[in-house]
Amino acid sequence: MTLANSSSNSEAIQKLQPTGWMKYISFSLDHKVIGLQYLVCGFIFYLIGGALAGAIRIELTTPISDFMPRDVYNQVLTLHGTIMIFLWIVPVVNGAFGNYLIPFYVGARDMAFPRLNAVAFWLIPPAGLMLISSYFITGAAESGWTAYPPLSITSPAAGQIIWIISVLLLGGSSIFGGINFIATILKLRQPNLKLMQLPMYCWAMLGTSILVVLSTPVLAGTLILLSFDIVAHTGFFNPSLGGNVIVYQHLFWFYSHPAVYIMVLPAFGLVSEILPVHCRKPLFGYTTMVYSIMAIVILGLVVWAHHMFTSGTPPWMRLFFTIATSFIAVPTGIKFFNWVATLWGGKISLNSAVLFSCGFIINFVLGGITGVALAQVPFDVHVHDTYFVVAHFHYIVYGGSVFVIFSSIYHWYPKFTGRMLNETLGRFHFLLTFIGFNLCFAPQHWLGLNGMPRRVAEYDPNFAFINQISSLGALLMAISTLPFLWNIIWSAFNGGIAGDNPWNALTPEWLTSSPPPIENWEGNAPLVTEPYGYGTINQEDLVEPTPESPSEESSQ
Amino acid sequence: MGLLFGGLWIGQNINLLPLGASANAPIYDELFKVLLTIGTILFLGMVVLVVYSLIRFRRRPGQTGDGAAIEGNLSLEILWTAIPAIVVLFVGLYSYDIYERMGGMQPLNHHANDASSHEHFNSGNGRIWGGIGSSSLATPQQSAAIPIDVTAMQFAFLFHYPKGDFISGELHLPKNQPVTLRMESKDVIHAFWVPEFRLKQDVIPGQPTILNFTPTKTGRYPIICAELCGPYHGGMRSTVVVEGAEEYQDWLLSNTKVSTSEK
Ligand code: HEM
Ligand SMILES: [Cu+2]
Ligand SMILES: [Cu+2]
Repeated sequence: MTLANSSSNSEAIQKLQPTGWMKYISFSLDHKVIGLQYLVCGFIFYLIGGALAGAIRIELTTPISDFMPRDVYNQVLTLHGTIMIFLWIVPVVNGAFGNYLIPFYVGARDMAFPRLNAVAFWLIPPAGLMLISSYFITGAAESGWTAYPPLSITSPAAGQIIWIISVLLLGGSSIFGGINFIATILKLRQPNLKLMQLPMYCWAMLGTSILVVLSTPVLAGTLILLSFDIVAHTGFFNPSLGGNVIVYQHLFWFYSHPAVYIMVLPAFGLVSEILPVHCRKPLFGYTTMVYSIMAIVILGLVVWAHHMFTSGTPPWMRLFFTIATSFIAVPTGIKFFNWVATLWGGKISLNSAVLFSCGFIINFVLGGITGVALAQVPFDVHVHDTYFVVAHFHYIVYGGSVFVIFSSIYHWYPKFTGRMLNETLGRFHFLLTFIGFNLCFAPQHWLGLNGMPRRVAEYDPNFAFINQISSLGALLMAISTLPFLWNIIWSAFNGGIAGDNPWNALTPEWLTSSPPPIENWEGNAPLVTEPYGYGTINQEDLVEPTPESPSEESSQ
Repeated sequence: MGLLFGGLWIGQNINLLPLGASANAPIYDELFKVLLTIGTILFLGMVVLVVYSLIRFRRRPGQTGDGAAIEGNLSLEILWTAIPAIVVLFVGLYSYDIYERMGGMQPLNHHANDASSHEHFNSGNGRIWGGIGSSSLATPQQSAAIPIDVTAMQFAFLFHYPKGDFISGELHLPKNQPVTLRMESKDVIHAFWVPEFRLKQDVIPGQPTILNFTPTKTGRYPIICAELCGPYHGGMRSTVVVEGAEEYQDWLLSNTKVSTSEK
């Protein structure tokens, strides 16, 4: 593979790419096109996964199983989890924003391996379609996104095998992406750009990609062994053939705990880009932020067994994983205090991007607190595998990552399209989402504490009322996507013209036209060594892409 | 200040848990209160900080220019490394203490050997892992723990009483008597959960697990399967009946008679 910006050959190839809207459904090598492909594709899967969630919440409005057959319920549940994780959050926070932004941030004209990049994207639609079509052809997998054996071995094989193949393809896509990000950040950086001058999202993606590359292969290996157990009747995880079901759980969570950081570290990075721009202040505590990310990466690799406290883990293991897990709260806490310090004393524009970012802070703090509680073995043995855990991780993945995705769309849409989004609709969208989300998931803490296990289609009639409140919240969330969808479609044609840099931001993606040209900048790439120099860098410098002379402009 | 008291008040006065009916339930509830108090203070503190900043530092109409160019502050950053570190340290030590009082650190294999009057449990040779140990209340009379064999299958729990050698679909237990459940699954993974006991333990095929506890309040409580085990997972429930010593003996005897006369 050639490095994109080192050969003129690749420029010639880029010229051969289709133009106009066609390029978005082509095998384009342009990182910006690929980024948007990830984003739109991910959003379509999000709508599908959301419809499945709606079906789940409808079933749960009554304590009996009456909306769909029980095995279909389990299929819907499995598809919902798998789609949301592997086809929406992971591809979007990594693939979409990573591809779009990282080359800008390091001052490159494309990713290190453009063809690998396109391959990584184009693995996703077929994998997703295969996964979903399995429902119509053979019946989808019905053992949950965790696919614990022996249930995954004894339930209908066809759906489970298709599930495994899709997840393997998606894992492959994710690994290709990870390698590409590491290479781009480390090797395509402008010669004079130091690592510690990079925007925070680069650090987040570097950390995330390390996790992807280290842990995804373990998942792949595990799922391949599982598929052998299913089709060839080997006995790796099959207890009736002498296999060990607990080993699967260790291997699975060795990937899947880091996976939760693969979903949230990039979101941390995105928030770190968005807040300084709209607060007009430097990101507070850059260095500690970088170290926190790296600490999370390292700790994130040694906490997996906190998902297995009731699996018959010996006491020493329970203790070790309690301690390791609790300590993740320290680097995480530092990041949150730093964001608040970034807000403090700023001149904050209360726009949709900021609202969603602050919504993220509030939701994630609650999810982090319940996370630390769950890490305590004596606490967890009561609430493990209940709706309390469901509430915890939705506060993290929805209240955290999804809120950040929305925030990022509000922030970068002008760059993507050259047009502004409607602010009023945006704030309305935030309000509906925030209320709906909390109404849906906060009551689930109570459900779990009081005896409702997760992944059930029927439950104790005493819980009916709280479940109905939760479903009402889900309805609000579903409605809240309508103003958003309307906004992004309508504004693409009728939004106000954004100009190059509507937010007066200092990071390099704004120092070019909107949308940017194929090679990212018309002239030389600007060297941005102070991506957060608000309050020191003169506003006029933004007009010329040479922001290298900090002037004396004071901050009143 | 208000935050502190608010958190304390909520932690002490809001009850989110069901009735506690085992010896470790009160210990659990103590831990829960502490976690809820700390959690509430931290959460409300963060919300107040964010909302206050958004209001106080919002950009007024017509305002231009940037905020103060503060890039960091070492002592502040040390402060907020220390806050989560201290909280986590405290929570960790405290929950370790709770765990020990629940009997979590007692070697379970030892229990298992004590109670392994039943043949197939001897063959477990050290692979018997377990849930939380019996709580402090039970420690003195360990040998008195009533052994019961639990078999889980799609989609039911079966309770085998070695004493009368019969199988019941309902779990009957005498009040204030330590119990040892020796559990194994016939097919897929299930989990034995009684919310009122604050206890859960997976029931695993090929790997026996143990759960020790002492019920302390008479009543009927649900036994819930908490691990996805197939289409009827949500319906996989049973009941535990905690009763006085005499009723329990009567129940035991009546069942023993029935099953022997049937043979
Ligand atoms: C302060 C940091 C966190 C701590 C201490 C923490 C702790 C935990 C613990 C102990 C569990 C297991 C609960 C159980 O099943 O009994 C859990 C579950 C989970 N957590 Fe977190 N967590 C944290 C942050 C996160 C983040 C950042 C994410 C994702 C972005 C996340 C996503 C999840 C998910 C998806 C599950 C459920 C997995 C499943 O069983 O399907 N958590 N967390
Ligand atoms: Cu985890
Ligand atoms: Cu079950």
